[in-house]
Amino acid sequence: MADKPAATGVLAPADTEVTWRSAPGRSGRSAGARKASRSTRAWRVWSSAAIVTAVVLAVLIVPPLADLDEQAVHLADKLLPPSLEHPFGTDDVGRDLLLRCVYGLRVSLLVGVVAAVVATVIGTAVGALAASAGGWVDRIVMRLVDVFSSVPHLLLGIFIVAMFRPGVWPVVISVALTHWLSTARIVRAEVLSLRSRPYVDAAISGGASRRRVTVRHLLPGVLPQAGLAAVLMVPHAIWHESALSFLGLGLPTHQASLGTLVQSARSSLLAGDWWPTLFPGLFIIVPTLAIAGLAGAWRDRINPRRRSELML
Amino acid sequence: MARLVGRRAVFAVPVLLLVTFGVFAVAEASPFDPVKAYAGTAGLTASQENLDQLRANLGVDRPLVSRWWDWLTSALQGDLGDSSTLRQPVADAIGERVGWSVLLAATAFVLAILVGSALGVLAARRPGGWLDRAVTSLAYTLEAAPPFWLGLLAVWLFALKLGVLPAGGLTDTSSAAVTAAQVTNHLVLPAAVLAVSQLPWFVLYVRQGVGDALGDDPVRGARARGLAERTVLLKHAFRSGMLPVLTLIGSRVPELITGALLVETVFSWPGIAAATVQAATSVDFPLLAALTALATVAVLLGNLLADLLYGLADPRVGFDG
Repeated sequence: MADKPAATGVLAPADTEVTWRSAPGRSGRSAGARKASRSTRAWRVWSSAAIVTAVVLAVLIVPPLADLDEQAVHLADKLLPPSLEHPFGTDDVGRDLLLRCVYGLRVSLLVGVVAAVVATVIGTAVGALAASAGGWVDRIVMRLVDVFSSVPHLLLGIFIVAMFRPGVWPVVISVALTHWLSTARIVRAEVLSLRSRPYVDAAISGGASRRRVTVRHLLPGVLPQAGLAAVLMVPHAIWHESALSFLGLGLPTHQASLGTLVQSARSSLLAGDWWPTLFPGLFIIVPTLAIAGLAGAWRDRINPRRRSELML
Repeated sequence: MARLVGRRAVFAVPVLLLVTFGVFAVAEASPFDPVKAYAGTAGLTASQENLDQLRANLGVDRPLVSRWWDWLTSALQGDLGDSSTLRQPVADAIGERVGWSVLLAATAFVLAILVGSALGVLAARRPGGWLDRAVTSLAYTLEAAPPFWLGLLAVWLFALKLGVLPAGGLTDTSSAAVTAAQVTNHLVLPAAVLAVSQLPWFVLYVRQGVGDALGDDPVRGARARGLAERTVLLKHAFRSGMLPVLTLIGSRVPELITGALLVETVFSWPGIAAATVQAATSVDFPLLAALTALATVAVLLGNLLADLLYGLADPRVGFDG
């Protein structure tokens, strides 16, 4: 039960990513096709990197530099369709949607990154503890992980947020508390495999304490996997945050995240105006795909034998 | 097989105990006050005496463990408390709604399996071909797209622009009775959106399973015997490629519940997932606690189903493991 993939695709934890076994001499794959797929892969990595860079620059630079008030209401310009002046159109009180989306992405990204970091720290600590302690500690801790994963993530998140609402922290905590499980499993498996390596044996026979072995020899080996899990978790956390905000349980409206934008666009959508709904959603999808593309390349580097060929 | 079911039932007991206790512990740690929630707006003007009396009546002062134990024992006797938002016993509220949720989820799941298998086989036929690239890209994009967003866009397109399907609810507002034709008509959009949100997983796993099977010896043997490509693909590769997928179906229950929470809310579907969101919005603790426990039971049943299918589909796997 513990080893079954819980999710797949771009939102998957690193250990459950669908990989395409590239056995030598696979049917129907000529040298030309392989070469083409290598250039496709390079293209994918560079376009992903470009998008991620653009996103980071946009959320970091636009708010302080552009002296624009994203909350400014212009009732005369309400619900304008996309045009040159307002590339994404305006919302129901005349606010520019491009600006609103950039600010929403800023909030969503911040929540996502913080939640992912917290979840990775918890997951790495729990996984390393379980694996290095072994015995009954390991069994009890991993059983608790199983118990935790028996509650659907979003439901648990909804419950926590409902009880501690409103604010940013309940959302961060609820996303972090529901996302450390896969990291704990990955880290535990990695520590167990590292522990059987000769250099760890050498350290132990050299008289190193258990703590020293864990901190000096095991954790550094685990960090690339944990880092990969953290990066892959960011889009997942953004997805969860936007779902909570859409349900009206997430961030308050003055801290509009992408989910809040979709939520507040509902009334305009039912009146037939599609743009306030469409663009915030695209702001979730495009960075998610870009982060997944970069993380895929990273995984290929640290894990070359399990090369994946996500054809995006 | 009975042994496996028995073992899982035994494992389910501590899981449910821990989850329900966790629910009570989180509520205890939160600023949520059951007395204020119970009194509602009347609590603002009520005297301190009345509030204290209410506090004593509700038994809020008693320690966490004894409240949890009381809830558990009465829950086992079928009494889950009263829901403050729906103004009826929690057990009745769940009984009325669970059928609609199961209908929606089952329809969507079957739809996702059918469409997902078809797309997965098509993609696996020529890895790296244009069809494969198109299907995989679509799968990754859909995986990244939030279901509520897809649902809203579907409402805009099919209900507002084309006007072919209703935008939400179970029946037309004008009709008093719940008829099968009405329900079917209203089921199409939510079930399709929920299916689309579950689709990427099926497509990618079927594609991988069938793709791997196409490189295996039995398929090579079938090809060597000169069987038609169609027969090789559907009778040999598809069958063995679907095995790993079939066994994972049961473990998709959490994702299905997550999708249902969002889709039911978008389409005002009168199921328990939408009720969960309402309960959360108005901090209806008895309903939330019961629904969390119910969802946990559903996940555990799904895991059991996964293990049973694993054993049934692959005779090499024993039921003892």
